[in-house]
Amino acid sequence: MGEYLILGIFLLGSFLVLVAGIGLLRMPDLFLRMSATAKAGTLGTGLMVLGAAIHFDEFAIYTRAIALIAFLFVTAPVSTHMLGRAAYFDGVPLWKGTIQDDLRGHYKLTTHSLEEEILPEKDQSHIEDEADAFEINE
Amino acid sequence: MSLLLLNVLLALAWSALMGNFDPPYLLFGFVLGYFILYLFQKPPRTQKYFREVPLVIEFAFFFLWEIVVSNIRLTITILSPHPQLRPAVVAVPLDLKSEVGIVLLANLITLTPGTLSLDISSNKHTLYVHIFDLDDPEKFVKKIKNNYERRVREILE
Repeated sequence: MGEYLILGIFLLGSFLVLVAGIGLLRMPDLFLRMSATAKAGTLGTGLMVLGAAIHFDEFAIYTRAIALIAFLFVTAPVSTHMLGRAAYFDGVPLWKGTIQDDLRGHYKLTTHSLEEEILPEKDQSHIEDEADAFEINE
Repeated sequence: MSLLLLNVLLALAWSALMGNFDPPYLLFGFVLGYFILYLFQKPPRTQKYFREVPLVIEFAFFFLWEIVVSNIRLTITILSPHPQLRPAVVAVPLDLKSEVGIVLLANLITLTPGTLSLDISSNKHTLYVHIFDLDDPEKFVKKIKNNYERRVREILE
């Protein structure tokens, strides 16, 4: 019984990581790719660590598993935020199907600060026109 | 915060007296200590700690549920032959004042699959969130404010 539970948890965890990998290939732009991989970081890895902890069934392993998940949950969003911000600032184009972009025109070129109002054209950070080359990879 | 420390100490004391530091004993000691501390409050009985603990537990379950639901949605989207994508960057106005609260909120949004917080305006009034499938911007902002921000505020402020 316990064996099958562990097996199920591991299979589900690795399935989610696999789907994240497929998502990384199929999604059309950088931000959607990051969205697709977020699941590997949260539920996928969490389930696998949990499965390992249940398998060994020792207090020391449980505490390590909890610490591992906690640090993962604290650090992963920081890197995602830095990547997303840097990408947007650098003018990585959004997919042409993007329906709304509230950030456009808010970054100030000279100070890298993010202002509340829409800035005049000359102060904006460089944003390329949304590229048409992006298609969903079938 | 000192009540939390007392509660942990009571859990440890319980485990020491039982001579067993296995997780179930520690957990039971914590629950027992919680009730003892609750009964031994000073009269106005409105200590913050006893409001916070149920809120934190409720929030943990809500958040786990949210992660599972959005994982399923994202999995379906990725594996479907013609994924329906309506990505958008949405500005969410913030009521949170404290930096800790904003960091917590931004992290929670990023941890939920399908949404990621990109940046916060320099004056800390607006959070910019990228979402992979946007229905209705107003509904989305409302959802973030009602589900996430309200809970973070209740716990922290």
